Amino acid sequence: MINLTINGKSHSVDVEPDTPLLWVIRDTIGMTGTKYGCGIAQCGACTVHIDGQAVRSCGMTVSDAAGKKITTIEGLADNGVLTKVQKAWVELDVPQCGYCQSGMIMAVSALLKEKPKPTDADINEAITNICRCGSFQQVRAAIHAAANA
Amino acid sequence: MNAMPKLDRRSFLVGTATAGLSLGFNIPFLNSTSAQGAPEINAWVVIKSDDTVIIRIARSEMGQGTLTGLAQMVAEELECDWSKVTTEYPTPGQSVARKNPWGDFGTGGSRGIRTSHDYVRKGGAAARMMLIAAAAGEWKVPASECSAANSVITHKASNRTTTYGKVAAGAAQVEPPADVPLKDPKDWKLIGKSVKRLDTLDKTTGKMMYGADVRLPGMMYAAIKQCPVFGDKVKSFDAAKVASMKGVQKVVQVGDSAVAVVADSWWRAKTALDAMPIVWDNGPNAKVSSESIGKWLKEGLDAEQAFVNNKNGDVKAGLASAAKTVVQDYAYPYQNHACMEPLNATAVYTADKCEVWCGTQHGQAAFAAVLEASGLPASKVEVYKMMLGGGFGRRGRSDYVTQAVLIAKQMPGTPVKLLWSREEDMQHCSYHPITQCRMSAGLDDKGNLTSLHVRLSGQSILTALRPEALVNGMDPATFAGLSPTGEAAIGYSVPNLLVDHSMRNPHVPPGFWRGVNVNQNAIYLESFMDELAKEAGVDPLEFRRRLMAKYPKHLGVLNAVANGIGWDKPAPAGVHRGIAQFMGYGSYVAAAAEVSVTGNKVKIHRLVAATDPGYAVNPGQIERQIAGSFVYGLSALFMGECTVKDGAIEQSNFDNYDSMRIAQMPKVECIVMPSGGFWGGVGEPTICVAPPAVLNAISAATGKRYRTFPLKNHGLTMA
Repeated sequence: MINLTINGKSHSVDVEPDTPLLWVIRDTIGMTGTKYGCGIAQCGACTVHIDGQAVRSCGMTVSDAAGKKITTIEGLADNGVLTKVQKAWVELDVPQCGYCQSGMIMAVSALLKEKPKPTDADINEAITNICRCGSFQQVRAAIHAAANA
Repeated sequence: MNAMPKLDRRSFLVGTATAGLSLGFNIPFLNSTSAQGAPEINAWVVIKSDDTVIIRIARSEMGQGTLTGLAQMVAEELECDWSKVTTEYPTPGQSVARKNPWGDFGTGGSRGIRTSHDYVRKGGAAARMMLIAAAAGEWKVPASECSAANSVITHKASNRTTTYGKVAAGAAQVEPPADVPLKDPKDWKLIGKSVKRLDTLDKTTGKMMYGADVRLPGMMYAAIKQCPVFGDKVKSFDAAKVASMKGVQKVVQVGDSAVAVVADSWWRAKTALDAMPIVWDNGPNAKVSSESIGKWLKEGLDAEQAFVNNKNGDVKAGLASAAKTVVQDYAYPYQNHACMEPLNATAVYTADKCEVWCGTQHGQAAFAAVLEASGLPASKVEVYKMMLGGGFGRRGRSDYVTQAVLIAKQMPGTPVKLLWSREEDMQHCSYHPITQCRMSAGLDDKGNLTSLHVRLSGQSILTALRPEALVNGMDPATFAGLSPTGEAAIGYSVPNLLVDHSMRNPHVPPGFWRGVNVNQNAIYLESFMDELAKEAGVDPLEFRRRLMAKYPKHLGVLNAVANGIGWDKPAPAGVHRGIAQFMGYGSYVAAAAEVSVTGNKVKIHRLVAATDPGYAVNPGQIERQIAGSFVYGLSALFMGECTVKDGAIEQSNFDNYDSMRIAQMPKVECIVMPSGGFWGGVGEPTICVAPPAVLNAISAATGKRYRTFPLKNHGLTMA
C-alpha cells in the first residue's frame, strides 16, 4: 500500500510503485480533472502541484509522490470559491475545448506563487503547456489579469 | 481487482447536479435528461417552473463555441432571460425514436450554425408563440395583444404579467404554430453579442466530463494496438504471456487489425499490451515510404489525365503566348489532428442493450457505428455525447466507437473504457491529405496575370470517407478555395484559368482536418501570387487588387487587413510584411503578418486577421476561433509532418510531432466584418490565411521562397 495526500485528504492505494501518479489520480482514486495528453511530460495536461511546485504527473511515479503534498485542479477552489486564476479564466472566457486547461491553470497557479507579477518573458519561460485549440492569447491576458487582481 | 457491483442506473450519477449548466455535471444515461419532468415546449426548448430554460443542442461542442452560439440563436427568438439558459444534448437514440426532430447532429465543415440557423431560430420562435398563447389563454385575451421579453409575458392593456416558468406546462399543450416568422436581423438583440460561453466554469475546476473521464461501476479499461501498417492485419498474439499480469482481465482481438488488453486500470492494460508479442500480417503496403508517395505524386504534376474543376479561356495557348512564364512546384505533407484528448469511448454491452459514452463530432454516425458493431436494433442502442477534448475533424470518424463496442461485446455486462495511447492516436489518424501542386502562370508585358494553371496532385478525402459525394470520380472538395463559384470560390479573375487534379490515393487514410483542403490550397495560391508579383515588379497587394474587381467581398477582407497592418506605411526596422486572402466554408478571410527573421529563427510579431462570415453570432468567440485557428495552422506550417516508413507513420508523440507554445504566439488582431445576407463558417476558414501571410513575410525578409513544408525541414523554427 502506498499512502498519498491529495488535496489534504489521505488515500491508500494498492498499485505497482512505478505506476505514474497520473493514472493513480485518475483511475485508482477517480479524480478525473487531471488529464492524460501524452504520457511523456511534453504537453502538461496532467500538471499537478507537488509540495507547491508544478509537476507533470505522467512523468512521476506514485512511490515518488508518497508522503508529499499533492494538489490537483479539484483542490484549487476552496469550498467552491474560485482562486483568482480560475476567476480570471472565467472572466476572460479562456477555455475552448478546455481539455488542457486543468494543466494550464495548475502551471499558472504555481508560477504566480513564485512570481506574483510575471512579465511576458516569465510567462514564456514557465508556461510550456500545449493547447491545440490555441487559447494562448487569452491565457496570457488571464495570467496578467490574475496577477493584477 | 475491483468488485463488480450490479449496474444500477442511479449510481451512474456522479458529481453534483446543481443549478446552472447541465452539460458535464453528470454522466448521462438512458431516458434521463436534466430536463426530467419539466415541460418540453418543443424539441428545442424545455422550461422549468423556476424559469430555467433548457435549450437542446444537436451539434457537438469541441471548443469552437457552437454550443453557446446555437443557444443564442434559439434564445434570440424565444425572448428568454439569457441568464437562466442552460443546454443539453439530445441523444442520437432519442433522435431516432422521435423521427429526427433536431436534424443533422454532424459537426464539421464549420457547419454548426450556418446550416441550422433557420430551424433552430424557428424552434425558439415557435416556443415563444406557444408560451404567449398559453398565457393569453389563461387571461382570455387575444395572443396578439401579448408580448414577451426576458422570459416575461405581458398583456399591456390589463397590466398583467406572467413568466415562462408559470405557463410552460400549458404551453406544452398548445398546438405548434404552422407559420413561424423570424425577426429581421436588424432587430437581433442577442445574436451578434459577445456573450460569454456557457461551458466555461466546469472547464476551470476539473469538473467537465470528457469522454476519457467517464467512470461506471465495475468499469474495466482497455488499451489497444492497431496494425502499424494501414490496411494490414493481425497474424497472431501471445495472450498467455500477459494473462497473469496484475489486473489483466482479458486479451481480445478487435476486428482484423487490432488487439486490446482489458485490465482493472488503464496503466495495467497498457503495460500488459506493451509486453505482449504481436505478429502482424503485412502485405505490399509495408513497402510504402514518404519517398515512394512523393515520387508518385510528382508524376501527377505531369499526368495527362486530371479532373477539371475550374476552367475558362485557353490556358495552354495563354501560357504559350505570355510575355513571361513562371512555373513552381509546391508540396504539403500528411498531418495529424493531435486532439489534446486521445481518442476514447466507453461501452457496455448485453444481449439486449448496448450503451456508449464518447466525444463525437457526429452523434448519429457514432450511433450507426454502435448499431453495426453491436448487431442490436436501434431501440436497444444509445450513444451519450460527452464533451470533446478537441475534434478538428478526427472525431467525425467513429472507428474508436466501433472498437469499444467490439471489445465490450467480448465481456457482456462489463463496462469497458477504451482509451488510445497518444502513440496510437498519432499513428492511426485520418491524416491531413498529402498533395503536391504545380503552379504555371503567364504574365503579359505589363505584368498582369493572364494565364494560370493550378495542377494539384494527390489524395482525395471523399474517395476514402464519402465516395457517394464524388462527381463522376472527381473529388470537388480537393479544389477548396479554387472553385469557380460556391462556398470556396477563387477570388481572382484570370482570363485563361485551369484548375485540375490528378488523383493519387496512397494507402495512408486521409481525413477532414481543421480547414481541410483550404490549408494547402491557400499556401499554394497565395505564395504563388506573391512570387508572380515579384516577377512582375508590382506590390503584392496591388498585384492582387488588379485581379479582384469582380470579387468585392474577397477584396473587402484583403483591404481590411492591409489597412489594419498599415501596408501603406513602412514596417518597423527589421520587420517584414506578408499578406494573403482566401475563401472557405462560405466566409471571406484574409491575414497580414509582420515577422522578423534572425538566422533560422522566425519571430511572428503580429497577425491582423479579417473575416466576413455574413452574420457574426458571437464576435468574441469568433475572435477566439481566429486566434486559435492561427495556432493550429502555424503549428502545421512550421512543425506538422507525418512521414511514412515501411508503410507506417513514423511520428509517435509530441516530442516528434510538436505544437506551438505560448512563447511563440504572435499578437493576433481580429477584424470581424459581417456584411450580412449570407451565413459563412467560423471555426475553419481563417486557418488557411495565416501560413501564406507568414510565408510571404518570410520571403520579404529573406528573399527566400519555401515551397515544401513544414518549415522545420528547412531548419526554420518559431522564435
